[in-house]
Amino acid sequence: MTGPGPAGLNGETTNDTTSGRERHMGEAPAVLTVRGLSVRFLMPGGREVAAVNDVSFDLAPGECLALVGESGCGKSVLASALLGLLPANARTRGTAHLRRPAPTPDAADDGVELLAASEETLTRRVRGRLAGLVPQSPAAHLTPVRSVRSQLEETVRELTGTPRAALRAAAEAAAARAAFPADHLDRYPHQLSGGLAQRATTALALVADAPLLIADEPTTGLDRDLVDRTVGELRRHADAGHALLVITHDLAAAERIADRVAVMYAGRLVEVAPAQDFFGTAGPRHPYAHGLLEALPERSFTPIPGLPPELDALPAGCAFADRCHLATDRCATSPTLSDGVACHHAPERADA
Amino acid sequence: MLELSRITAGYDRRAPVIRDVSLTVADGEAVGLLGPSGCGKSTLARVAALLHRPEAGTVRLAGETVRGYRFRAPRALRTSVGVVFQQPRLAADPRLTLRELIVEPAAATGRSRELAGRAAELAEATGLGASLLRRRPHEVSDGQLQRACVARALLLSPTLLVCDEMTAMLDASTTAALVAVVEEYRRQHDAALLAVGHDRVLLRRWCDRVTEFPTAEG
Ligand code: SF4
Repeated sequence: MTGPGPAGLNGETTNDTTSGRERHMGEAPAVLTVRGLSVRFLMPGGREVAAVNDVSFDLAPGECLALVGESGCGKSVLASALLGLLPANARTRGTAHLRRPAPTPDAADDGVELLAASEETLTRRVRGRLAGLVPQSPAAHLTPVRSVRSQLEETVRELTGTPRAALRAAAEAAAARAAFPADHLDRYPHQLSGGLAQRATTALALVADAPLLIADEPTTGLDRDLVDRTVGELRRHADAGHALLVITHDLAAAERIADRVAVMYAGRLVEVAPAQDFFGTAGPRHPYAHGLLEALPERSFTPIPGLPPELDALPAGCAFADRCHLATDRCATSPTLSDGVACHHAPERADA
Repeated sequence: MLELSRITAGYDRRAPVIRDVSLTVADGEAVGLLGPSGCGKSTLARVAALLHRPEAGTVRLAGETVRGYRFRAPRALRTSVGVVFQQPRLAADPRLTLRELIVEPAAATGRSRELAGRAAELAEATGLGASLLRRRPHEVSDGQLQRACVARALLLSPTLLVCDEMTAMLDASTTAALVAVVEEYRRQHDAALLAVGHDRVLLRRWCDRVTEFPTAEG
């Protein structure tokens, strides 16, 4: 590990999340370094909801990590925490360091500690500049009464300080980066198809060349052709050097876009694996991840029995125990993520 | 069970979303209707569920020609169709607990007491425990809420189920679980199914036959 991660924590976690991506090791320091991130919501009546528990991972430039899990598993809360978009009753712990990787004009830039950042820092330095969000419902994210061109120009002006005379060209360049057709720039959001609305919001997210892109359920509700195109375009942005965090419940989309897959269950990462191992012959190692993949209609189409535990009443031991066919007495203590999997009875890595 | 003949429907008379579409679902049959988003297949699903009056064409349900839609449809006909939509949050009254949501169709007809046992069975079949049943929609996940919406759709023992992108928001395991609930219900009640969606692999696995939209069959 190279970068300025929080002292004393690196040694404990390097194995977890970087094992499959040797080519990044020593090549480029991580854009995003998350260590021990937890989010709790304090509810009326003293109820506490543990939405994210002790999550650690790294994300390198040019790399795509797909964070998969079912609705309510904490994956969207994690994204909100990284963007400083949590509601007031949320309490966070841990660190999440975000930094522009390549030498920049201000080479002294050593990044931002996201969880400690003030609202002003988040607005001035993070949102749109260091981290671009490709939102879940593009239509809702665009201003209905303004053309795509006008929204792009305003974002370009705000984020890059481009002079007025150059705004038009800069906005058109931003649209082109997201493959948004120039002849549709004067349209209003309601005149766009779902796919074009998605490209418009992607163009907005790309305006300031943010090193980190977060895509929240980018393929939900899209038909296959559009999923293919959206996945292809997001992948292109990763290949252009962005670190890409895709949050999704769509395993097929994750398989096609990701270098690594991180599976979240009841607020914890239970497995982090190279996508080709996870979806390939090696297969998932965590029983939950295994069950999730087997539930696909192209596989056995069999659901995992039961439901996940409620996040305000997590068991002391493994949160998957009452649904797990491998559970033993040992599972009464909570397994930690080590060598890519958090399970007392997981098989060894295939290449180990 | 269901015969849609030469249906034209939409929200603007001058620009119908679907034009001259026909589709038949036999008794007990499961038909998948596959098409890209925006092609009008959801409009057809709403017509089939008697929720949307077509501008032209005829709908026959359980041997009867449909003359009224929504609240103008005879109750017996209306309750013979159960519907599940893509977005449970748009389909659920936010003030109701999940338990109340499941019995909502019975409450409308004054049968909630009589059907309480059936509601409890369906809650169990969809995997909803007592603590979840006490919660309101904003306190549960999309997947949990969709489980309640499936239970609600089955409460009045429909002979036809219309599932419009029922699992588009759901993870693989919840998808497989809800499809299994629907299939178990269909096995016990010989009910027919019209499953509308964009996922070819899913519909092929789920249904007896899959037809592409727009369809000219019938
Ligand atoms: S720790 Fe035990 S209960 Fe948890 S997933 Fe592994 S085997 Fe199953």
